[in-house]
Amino acid sequence: MGDWREDQELVVMEGRIKVPYRWFAGEVGTRYFESLRDERKFLGTKCGACGKVYHIPRRNCPDCFAECSEWVELGSAGTLETYTVVRRQHPQLAPLPLPYGYGVIRLDGADTGFLHLLYEFEEGGLATGMRVEAVFADEREGRILDVRYFRPTKGVS
Amino acid sequence: MEPVAIVGVGMTEMRRERKADGYADLVYEATRKALDDAGMEIAEVDNVITVSNDFFDGRTISSMAVQDACGSFDKNVSTVEGDGTFGAAYGLMRILSGSFGTTLVCVHHKGSESQMPLITNAMFDPLYERFLGIEAVSSSALQARAYMEKYGITEEQCALVSVKNHRNAFANPVAQLPLELTVEQVLASPYIADPIKLLDCCPVSDGASAVILASEERAKKLAAKPVWVKGVAYCSDAYHLGDRDLSDVRALEEAARKAYAMAGIGDPAREVDLVELYDAFTYMELMWLEGLGFCARGEGGKLTASGDTAPGGRLPVNVSGGCLSGNPVLVAGLNRVIECVLQVRGDAGERQVDGVRTAVAHGINGPCGQSHCVWVLGGEK
Ligand SMILES: [Zn+2]
Repeated sequence: MGDWREDQELVVMEGRIKVPYRWFAGEVGTRYFESLRDERKFLGTKCGACGKVYHIPRRNCPDCFAECSEWVELGSAGTLETYTVVRRQHPQLAPLPLPYGYGVIRLDGADTGFLHLLYEFEEGGLATGMRVEAVFADEREGRILDVRYFRPTKGVS
Repeated sequence: MEPVAIVGVGMTEMRRERKADGYADLVYEATRKALDDAGMEIAEVDNVITVSNDFFDGRTISSMAVQDACGSFDKNVSTVEGDGTFGAAYGLMRILSGSFGTTLVCVHHKGSESQMPLITNAMFDPLYERFLGIEAVSSSALQARAYMEKYGITEEQCALVSVKNHRNAFANPVAQLPLELTVEQVLASPYIADPIKLLDCCPVSDGASAVILASEERAKKLAAKPVWVKGVAYCSDAYHLGDRDLSDVRALEEAARKAYAMAGIGDPAREVDLVELYDAFTYMELMWLEGLGFCARGEGGKLTASGDTAPGGRLPVNVSGGCLSGNPVLVAGLNRVIECVLQVRGDAGERQVDGVRTAVAHGINGPCGQSHCVWVLGGEK
């Protein structure tokens, strides 16, 4: 479409989408988050057919497609299945000062891992298979960040 | 399966920021190129699939906003939110349904218009995961470590993929990031989320692409060299990362098994001449090679170090430069299919591999390759 644009700045419109949402935790999620908030306890759900304990909790077992009919109380410590140390992150995303970590953590009593933050570790101080424990926030609102992060367990466990 | 051919392909150049072109301009360019390649006019297209993602485009029904540009007025249009390989598989099924003789599939993406980490963060569950700040790079880092530790894969082996694919991109005029790198340079690039370093990552890209599929009857009437779909399958794993063994590729193995069975391939390592796979991060090329059955589990690093996957090797992989050299998300998967089509036709120019009779293309969707789509393409019906 021609040379008119040679000394033109192409138009770029800056914008931002702001759309409020309300994500419903449902009955299963509500019980889970209430337990985190009020008792600092992690809960999983257990499949009525195969007995697998899911954390994060859910209503049905994806493996055998049966109902998870039972709540199970889990430990607040677990095993690190894999991890990363984040060195660069978008400032709007980083929930902790860099560097911080992400881990897939299998809590004691659960058959699945779950994703959470890792912090309070030394450089080079994380390893797959190590024990980590939850650090709860003092003010808790019934959300996943009621657990501030996980850290390597202190002492023997 | 009834024979179905890919009769036309079109790709725009992939660039970091195509400011002179909006979404629709890119879609028009890709569509026009595919029509010209097929020797078709838009009136000969029986139905259209558009593939896009609303979050990337910053608009709902993003797939409906490009309808002018792909010439779909008065046509049956359907849409796919996901990688282009999945959109093309849907297009194939619409021909197999018997309702349509030709399908145009077009895919667009402009990574430059949003901020990639904020968008990929939004693929995670808002109640349990999203507000931890996880996004594509850090989640892939969790997978990279799980895989590398399980099989003793080294960062050097991953770096070889970056060196190879960026070098391959010099022979691909649509590639965005041809680079002459050394393993040392890749290893010295800064960690983003360890073990993933800057030069292990695909770039942010703008681009679009399109393919035209045709039934045997319609393909016969066209001047274009048909490339036949020998097999297609896809399979998904669990959504939540903690539910999966991240070092595992069972969904890919299953998709590959089904696609090879359709194509009558018993030993892919011997019967496939060329592979284009979704290498958004270097470790993925190694993992996906294993999942696609080109070597045993854990052997992807050795296969790469042997030189077999380089151009001129026994099994060239990503001679186009791969996603590492240009990754308009969603488009990138369809570009794997298109490269295979060009290679089977003998139309890949400077990067043409000799004697490509059977090629495998691969795309992914969801975090850490949750879902995989495998295409087997060949010159014979
Ligand atoms: Zn079960």
